[in-house]
Amino acid sequence: MSPVLRARALGKKYTQRWALQNCNLNVPAGRVVGLVGPNGAGKSTLLNLATGMLTPTAGTIEVCGGRPAADVTQLTRVGFVAQDAPVYTGLRVRDHLDLGRHLNPAWNDEIAQERIKRIGLDPKQRAGKLSGGQRAQLALTLGIAKQPELLILDEPVAALDPLARREFMQSLMESVAEQEMSVILSSHLVSDVERTCDYLIVLVDSRVQVAGDMEELLAQHYRLVGPRRDTSTVPADQQIISESHTDKQTTLLIRTESAVLDPSWTVTQLGLEDVVLAYMQGSKSTREERPQLEVLR
Amino acid sequence: MIRLTWRQFQAGALVALAALAALGAVLGATGSGMADDYTRGLAAAGGNCNDPISQCREFREAFWQEHQYGFLGTILLLLLLPALIGLFWGAPLITRELETRTLWLIWNQSITRNRWLAVKLTVVGLAGMAVAGIAALLVNWWTSPLDKTDTVDWPRMGPLMFPTRGLAVIGYAAFAFALGVVVGMLVKRTLPAMAITLLVFAAVQIAMPMLVRPNYQAPVSESMTYTMDNVDDLGLSESGEMHMSTKPPEAGSWVLVNRTVDSAGNPVGDFIQLPAEAMAGPCGREAKMEDCVAEVNRLGYRQELVYQPIGRFWTFQWIEFGIFFGLALALGAFSFWWVRKRLV
Repeated sequence: MSPVLRARALGKKYTQRWALQNCNLNVPAGRVVGLVGPNGAGKSTLLNLATGMLTPTAGTIEVCGGRPAADVTQLTRVGFVAQDAPVYTGLRVRDHLDLGRHLNPAWNDEIAQERIKRIGLDPKQRAGKLSGGQRAQLALTLGIAKQPELLILDEPVAALDPLARREFMQSLMESVAEQEMSVILSSHLVSDVERTCDYLIVLVDSRVQVAGDMEELLAQHYRLVGPRRDTSTVPADQQIISESHTDKQTTLLIRTESAVLDPSWTVTQLGLEDVVLAYMQGSKSTREERPQLEVLR
Repeated sequence: MIRLTWRQFQAGALVALAALAALGAVLGATGSGMADDYTRGLAAAGGNCNDPISQCREFREAFWQEHQYGFLGTILLLLLLPALIGLFWGAPLITRELETRTLWLIWNQSITRNRWLAVKLTVVGLAGMAVAGIAALLVNWWTSPLDKTDTVDWPRMGPLMFPTRGLAVIGYAAFAFALGVVVGMLVKRTLPAMAITLLVFAAVQIAMPMLVRPNYQAPVSESMTYTMDNVDDLGLSESGEMHMSTKPPEAGSWVLVNRTVDSAGNPVGDFIQLPAEAMAGPCGREAKMEDCVAEVNRLGYRQELVYQPIGRFWTFQWIEFGIFFGLALALGAFSFWWVRKRLV
């Protein structure tokens, strides 16, 4: 199956700062992808590049086999629920559905009506009067009833309370199950992603740290605790993601595809939260080294 | 997309419609009465209006004086209207979608940005031009008796009357709207965009009559001898300093230069210095004005007049409209390019 999102050396620079650098991705179709990373890591930038709202400064990006927002066909393939779920505050819920119906050839009005009823939105209500959760649901309805091949959601639940958050994710997952649709959703909270996604992209400090099948990733990451030692003695197939040392003890978080055989390590499996945190810490320590390198030059 | 644009634009359109209706009601209620007053008054006054000192002239002057506030009000309205369209319809057209982030919603429906922009620009732009055109039509109908008074200070070709008569208003509306849209795209925030639009539009409207409009066609130059008919303004001091100016041959023309030259053709500045003999003779305290005017002619003074005659009114209107509509189209083309390249 062809990839739903493919990025090659993709980068986006704003006037001063690279928001995304050297991003290489190959996301297979039919997955629910979680894009995780701290605030300001470049998640929104990546998703805006994927929807064609932004154009790349470097490299290329292809979504569903074409350049984002290149033409009507391409626009039909991708749905986007942007950050804060923007809607037309002056228009009614009904008007939004009209808009979706008239502007999307593959629009499924049954799905839209059914969803609106299930969520309990009043079609005559002005969108500006909706609660945050209702507004997100309305935006999601527009995205889903468009029946795209890929639905992209940028921090869809960030502004919602825990209950609305769960309802939103639940209704999203129901729709994904009903329709054959790939999903990419971003969040700065691992817990949002943990239950719903089967593919993970960790984005820290404008770079993709790791991307892959969720289960595989979880199976490949370990915490090693043992007597203090130099990390250069670690086998080459064990990629160190973060390390910490006390006088007597060394703790490593590593990624490896083979088993850890060294008996001096106490090996534990990592949860998703730990994996993501490890990459965030790892990125931080390399960033702290940078000034020293500059001094040496 | 047309339906959505209309929904978004509805409130603004209703305000404009209500304002037009109010304007139509006020002008309609007073306009026909005023036109009747003018026709009846003119007939009653009698006399030859070509004669500078006649009852006809007096009536027309008084008639204008009586209605001058309404007259000035309509001029102000038509000068402001295109700016208002640029400010309230042009500038927010894109910035509001950026500020409320609805751009992220609409650009992810199955519609290209070109079509989205084309519909918005056409619907709202045409509405703006229509509003300006209807307002101009109403006002031009209402002021037609006042325009006929040919008040010297308000020539129809002049910098303040010309832009409020005929086609030009529609061109300004198109330009102001497109300017607002483009400034909005560049600035991305509604309030600063409105302020900049107003400044730029005002600057263009001031620059046009000062630098551009006088050159649509080479102006007519005339060296005039003074007659009792053409002297517009005559001032004479005890010591023989004299100031003269003349009217152009056709009323309503736009006088660009009005200066006195001596027999050698050199400009004399503000005042002619009359010789003592003239002050003792034809221009003396007891003399008639005709004799003094004749004496000034005899001394070789002439009035040099450079002007755009009223006969060119519609030619100039079409040129003005063409320039502003052309600018609007150019700005529109730029906005399509910008939307593709770098709006967000």
